[in-house]
Amino acid sequence: MRKYPPILLLVILILFPIVVRDHYHQHLMILVLMWVVIGSGWNVIAGYTGQVSFGDAAFFGTGAYTAGLFVTKLGISAWWGMLFGGIAAMAIAFPFGWICFRLRGAYFALATLALNEVMRHIATVWESLTDGMVGILVMQTFVSKVPYYYIALGLAVVSVIGVQIIMGSKWGYYFVSIREDQDAAESLGVNTHFYKMLSLNVAAFLTGMAGALFMNYMGFIDPEVVFSLHDISIMAILVGIVGGVGTIYGPVVGAFVMVAVHEFFRTGFFGFFKGIAALTGSDMIIVWAKYVMQAHVLGFGILVVLVILLLPNGIVGDWNLIVKKIFPVKTRRVTG
Amino acid sequence: MSLFEVKDLVKYFGGLAAVNDVSFKVEQGEIFGLIGPNGSGKTTMFNLISDYFKPTSGKIYFKGEDITGFKTHKICHLGIGRTFQVVKPLGRMSVLDNVIAAAFSRVNTKHEARDLAMETLEFCELIHRKDVLAKSLPIGERKRLEITRAMATKPELLLLDETAAGLNPSELDSAIELIKRIRDKGVTIIIIEHIMKVIMTISDRIHAINFGQTIAQGTPQEMANSPAVIEAYLGEEYAHS
Repeated sequence: MRKYPPILLLVILILFPIVVRDHYHQHLMILVLMWVVIGSGWNVIAGYTGQVSFGDAAFFGTGAYTAGLFVTKLGISAWWGMLFGGIAAMAIAFPFGWICFRLRGAYFALATLALNEVMRHIATVWESLTDGMVGILVMQTFVSKVPYYYIALGLAVVSVIGVQIIMGSKWGYYFVSIREDQDAAESLGVNTHFYKMLSLNVAAFLTGMAGALFMNYMGFIDPEVVFSLHDISIMAILVGIVGGVGTIYGPVVGAFVMVAVHEFFRTGFFGFFKGIAALTGSDMIIVWAKYVMQAHVLGFGILVVLVILLLPNGIVGDWNLIVKKIFPVKTRRVTG
Repeated sequence: MSLFEVKDLVKYFGGLAAVNDVSFKVEQGEIFGLIGPNGSGKTTMFNLISDYFKPTSGKIYFKGEDITGFKTHKICHLGIGRTFQVVKPLGRMSVLDNVIAAAFSRVNTKHEARDLAMETLEFCELIHRKDVLAKSLPIGERKRLEITRAMATKPELLLLDETAAGLNPSELDSAIELIKRIRDKGVTIIIIEHIMKVIMTISDRIHAINFGQTIAQGTPQEMANSPAVIEAYLGEEYAHS
């Protein structure tokens, strides 16, 4: 039973761009798939290994900038960034982890937050390399969105399957044992420092690849976009938490929900405010709508509070709970 | 050559000597009891051996090798397993997964680790609880899980820290029986225990410490008659009666 939903989902995802032809929805789906990759990475380090990262944008931006700089500085295709973006992100993760994994819990999380900001400032200030706030503009390879869609889908599938394989292996057991009790893990022969590094590097690699994909797909990046604390780092946490921390398919579900929520705010509740404003002819509503749309981070905050209160294990983690709430009679018969 | 030796071990916490110049040797195949009143430095001793703390001075030898300051996970790989007085189950993992995680210290594939874990669970008589989440075990079984997990790392020397505390009488008997079976497997054991029934029945030799210092050592019989031990446990007036 558990095997079929993912396969069904994959078939739907493969057919999606053939059935749905308009660019807007294809664009959203590419973002969803990109977030599946980032969410999977975050889930490895934070969800499974228990080392909460507030700084995924550091890896995402590094990947994106690697891809961009390949074009502007080396004159080779930005697609090379897909591999080297991941490697570059690991090059950042390695010294960072080596130093900062001496910190535990919230202190490590704060260090990741700092890494995020440090990387953003480097990208802003180092103008000779990155062109600073001007950003990097790259010619997109394809006019159609479909090739990007399938590349993103491939990357998402590889990361979900990759994470699944890792979590079924020695690495996975060691990651989770570190999350559960670091001292106990050490006594069981786990080199906790090494395995935390490993976990962070897996996360950084996946996130860096997603960043390179973003560069290729969007064609334009600047430090405020790819090193954004709330649009990348916090979003990555939300994808993980909403979907279900420490579950393979949590980031998949989380990515769908969060991209939808993000879009919901960005478009002013799917044009709801615009409609009202047109109906009433009130300028006030337009002004208010602008504020609401800009306050999407506030909306994220409310969402997190609701998820933690109602579904502490996320949508995937608490799926049985959700089913029980929606079909109370059915499950009562089963348990009774 | 002794299997394990502690030589002139000293540990200061600020100005307080938690372990002060303690030396002992443990021979292959014996059960070595470590006793002392609360706060006498027994658990600190274990934490020094498995490198949760660095000793202020002194040396620790295992199979003739100086292992002082070796990292905790390396000490595990060398063949010293330990349990914790305050149990540390990997709560949101099943009992089997707890033991598999430990088994990975000796084997590399999931298949082998699972086999080793099942074997160890069977040996420690915890197999009937293998699919339960570790956090939902009662204290008696948590203590047993600690032993099972340590055994899955295939230790030559096992440090047991109050594994009998908090057990009911029938659990106590089965814990004693388990410790004896572990010894019969050829594993040398150092055991910290407050329950005299346990320590007196299974130890080959006992080492008593108080305020971090050695006060007596010898067989269980000698211990029971030692004025220094009686004084440490019951107070001075009982020691001379």
